[in-house]
Amino acid sequence: MNTGPSGRDGPRGRVADVTGVPGPLELVASPHLKAPDSTPRIMWTVVLTLLPVVAWAIWNFGPSAALVIGAAVIGALGAERVLTGSPDPIRDGSAAITGLLLGLTLPASLPIWMAFLGGVVSIALGKWIFGGLGQNVFNPALLGRAFLQAAFPAALTTWPLHTGAALPDGGTMAWAALRGPNFALPLMGGRMDAITGATPLGLSKFEGVTTPVTDMFMGTINGSIGETSALLILLGGAYLVYRGYLDWRIPVSVLLAVAILSSALHALRPDTLPGAPFMLASGGLMLGAVYMATDMVTSPVTPRGAWIYGFGIGALVVIIRAWSGLPEGVMYAILLMNALVPFIDRATQPRVFGTGRATEGAT
Amino acid sequence: MTSWLTGLFGGGFRHGVHPPDHKDATAALPIRRLPFPDELVLPLSQHAGAPAQCLVKPGDRVERGDTIGAAQGYVSVPIHATASGKVMAVEPWPHPTGRWMEAVRIAVDPHSAQIPRPRLVPRWEGLDPDGVRDAVKSAGVVGLGGAAFPTHVKLKAPPGTAIELLLVNGAECEPYLTSDHRVMVEHPERVHFGIRIMMQCLGVDRTVVGVENNKPDAIQRLRETVPDDLDIEVMGLTVKYPQGAEKMLIHAATGREVPSGKLPAHAGTVVQNVGSIAAIAEVFETGWPLIERIVTVSGPGIARPMNLIVPVGTKARDVLDFCGGLTDDATEVLFGGPMMGAPQPDLDVPVLKGTSGVTVLTDSERKPERSYPCISCGRCLDACPVFLNPSRLGMLAQAGRWDDMSDMHLGDCMVCGSCSWVCPSNIPLSQMFSLAKSQMRREREARERHERLLAEEADRSLAADALEADRSGAGRPDVSADLSPDVSDEQPSEVGA
Repeated sequence: MNTGPSGRDGPRGRVADVTGVPGPLELVASPHLKAPDSTPRIMWTVVLTLLPVVAWAIWNFGPSAALVIGAAVIGALGAERVLTGSPDPIRDGSAAITGLLLGLTLPASLPIWMAFLGGVVSIALGKWIFGGLGQNVFNPALLGRAFLQAAFPAALTTWPLHTGAALPDGGTMAWAALRGPNFALPLMGGRMDAITGATPLGLSKFEGVTTPVTDMFMGTINGSIGETSALLILLGGAYLVYRGYLDWRIPVSVLLAVAILSSALHALRPDTLPGAPFMLASGGLMLGAVYMATDMVTSPVTPRGAWIYGFGIGALVVIIRAWSGLPEGVMYAILLMNALVPFIDRATQPRVFGTGRATEGAT
Repeated sequence: MTSWLTGLFGGGFRHGVHPPDHKDATAALPIRRLPFPDELVLPLSQHAGAPAQCLVKPGDRVERGDTIGAAQGYVSVPIHATASGKVMAVEPWPHPTGRWMEAVRIAVDPHSAQIPRPRLVPRWEGLDPDGVRDAVKSAGVVGLGGAAFPTHVKLKAPPGTAIELLLVNGAECEPYLTSDHRVMVEHPERVHFGIRIMMQCLGVDRTVVGVENNKPDAIQRLRETVPDDLDIEVMGLTVKYPQGAEKMLIHAATGREVPSGKLPAHAGTVVQNVGSIAAIAEVFETGWPLIERIVTVSGPGIARPMNLIVPVGTKARDVLDFCGGLTDDATEVLFGGPMMGAPQPDLDVPVLKGTSGVTVLTDSERKPERSYPCISCGRCLDACPVFLNPSRLGMLAQAGRWDDMSDMHLGDCMVCGSCSWVCPSNIPLSQMFSLAKSQMRREREARERHERLLAEEADRSLAADALEADRSGAGRPDVSADLSPDVSDEQPSEVGA
C-alpha cells in the first residue's frame, strides 16, 4: 500500500489535487519579498532629475546646448549598443546618465562631433574596458571629458555667452543664435568662431573680477552647459537624497570641505582665492559634488569612506583652484579620488556587530 | 526611504529594513482550533539537535500525548503522539527542510474523544529548577519561533556565564505572521506565568518583553496583566526587520552587543520567544506535553487567512484546505514568513513544532528575475543588522572565495535576507551566503573526516608494524604501510577492519 506523497501526486513539486492549486509550486530560496527599487529605476530617476538642468541649459545657451548634449548622449548610447553587442544594457539607463553628464560639462560652442566622440570614449574607455556596469574605476563622463580636454584644449576652454549677455556691438545674445561652430566637420581645422566670454572663475583668477554670487547661483553666467544652475542641481540632488538614490554624505562633505578650506585661505590670503560663497557657486562644483562624485559605482560603499572621499575631493578642488594653472579643478579632483576608492573602502570596512573592531577586508 | 535620516540622527538599532508587514489580514482574528485531520505525520526530527529515537511500530495503538520518540542526548527532546489513533507506518516522509526524514504516521481514530491521559507533566509548584528542566524536556518543549531549539537547554546558564536578564521576544518582525501577537493579546496571563517559571528556573530578577510598536494592543494587554511580584518591563520596539533577531533584541533592550560567535548568555541574557514562553506555561497548566501550536495561515494566495491551533504533525494540505484552499494565482507555499521561510514543494509536509506560519504568495509578490551587476550603492551595508559588507561578500561568493568570506565574518551572517531584500540590482546575496555557509561546512567536515581517517590509518600501520615485528622478529618491509596511501576516503569502513 503506497500512499506516500510521491506515489499519489506524480512528480515531486506538482501538487495538483489540493483545492485550487493551479500548477507546480515554485521553489525559491528566501527572502521571498523584494524592495520595489531596481537599478534601472535608480538610473532613470537620476536622468529625470537632470532634465530641468538640461532645460535651463537650453534656455541659457540656445539650440547649441541641445545639439552638444544630444551628440554626447547619442555617442554614449551608441558605444554601449555597439560594444556590448546587445540593445539590452542601454535599458538600465547608466549610459544615458553618462552621456547627459558629459554633455553638461562641455561648452555649448563645441563642434558636435567632438561631443559625440567624447560620449563614445566615456563608455569605451571609461566603462566597457573595465567590464561594463559596476566595474569601472573612474566616472565615465569625467573620463570622457578629460579625454576631450587633452585632445581639444582650445575648443574645451572656449566659453560662449549665455542668452541675454551683452554683445560687443551693444545688443544682447539671442536665444536662437548658435553659440559656436557646432556643425564643424571632424578634424577640419580648429577655428573657434564664437563670441566668447570668460567664466566667473576665469575672471576671478586671471582678471581679478568678481561675479555676483546670486548670478552664479541662478545660472545667468557664462560657462559649460550645466555648470550654470546651481539651484536646479541642488533641487535635483535633494530629490535624489529623499528617494535614497544618492548618498548625502558625499555632496555635503565636498561642499563643506570647499567652504571651510576656502574660507580659511581667503581669510589668510585674500588674493589667492575668493570667499566660500563664490567658490561654492562657481564652476562645475555643484554638478560635480551632486551628480559626478556621487556616482555609486565609483564612490565608496562605506559611510565613513564617503566622508573621507568627499573631503578629499573638496580639498583637491581648493588646492587646484588656488595654486594650479587651471581656473577649475572639480574634474581632476573627482578622478583622483575615484582612483583611491578601493583603498578607502578597504580601510573603512564596517565594524562587525559584536567584534569591537573592523573586519580585515579581503581585496 | 528615510534611512539617511536615522543615519543622521542615530539611536538604537541603526540598520535593518522596512518590508511591508502585511499583518492586517490576521492581526485581529481570534485564534481558532483546527479539527483533527485523518492522518498525522510526526517526524522524529522536529528540533535542533539529535533526532528522537522511535518507540513505536506499525500497528501500535497510541493515545494523545503518549511518547512515541525518546530524546537522544542532552540537546534533544521526545516526540509525542498529537492525537489518539493507530501507527500506520514509520518511514521517510517529506520534511519542511526539503529532505525526506523518518516519521511516524498515525491514522487518527475518528471515534476517540482525543483526551490525553491526565497529568503527563508534573505540577510546577514544588519543583526545583532541575525538576522544571526535566519536566520541560519530557514535555518536548522547543523554541516555537522557528529554530526549534530545545527549551530545557536554555533554562540553565551555560558554564562560565551569569544570566541577569530574561528577554522575551515578542517582536514578530516577519511579515504576515501574527501567532505571537494573538498569544500576547489573548493569553497575556499565560505569558506572565511562563515568565515566572523561567525566571525562577534561571534565578533572574528582571525580565524585559520586547514587542514591536505595531502591536499596541499586545503591549497594552501585557502591561495590564503584569503580576505585582515580578519585575517585568514591556518594551515597545521600533518596527523594523529583523528586530526579532536575538542579537538585535538584546541590543535594543540592554545596549549590549553579543560578542561575535558567542551566545546571548555571554551578554548576560537568555532570549525566549513569547510563543515558547506561553507553551511552557500551558504544559504546566494542562499537564499535557507540547502537542499543538498556533500557526498563522496567511498571504495573498490563501482564501481565508486565519490564526489556528494546529495539532503538530498536521499536513500543510489539511491546514490550507481548512482555510479555504489556495487561490488560482498561488505560486509559493512557505513554512514561516516571507523573509526567512522555507518554500515547500509538497503539501504533504507536516506542520512541526517550529512552524510559526504557513504563508502563501502569489504572482503579485513574485520577485523580479533579472539581476544587474552590483553598482556599489551601499544599501546592503545600510541594511545588514550585523554590519557586514554584503556587497563585497557577494563578489567573493561569486568567485568562490570562502576563506576570504570567513575572514569578513560570514559566520556572523544570520541569513536574515535584508541585503537581498534591499538590493536594487536584485543580486541573491543572502541566498549566496547561505550556500557559502553550507559549502564551507561541507568542506570542513570533509577535511576533518580526511584527517581522522589518516590518523586512524597511521595508528593501524603502527599496530601492524608492531605485530609484524613481533612475528618475524626482524625489520621486514611492511606491506600494510605500502598500502596505506591507497586508502580511499569514500569507503572508510571497508579498510583494514
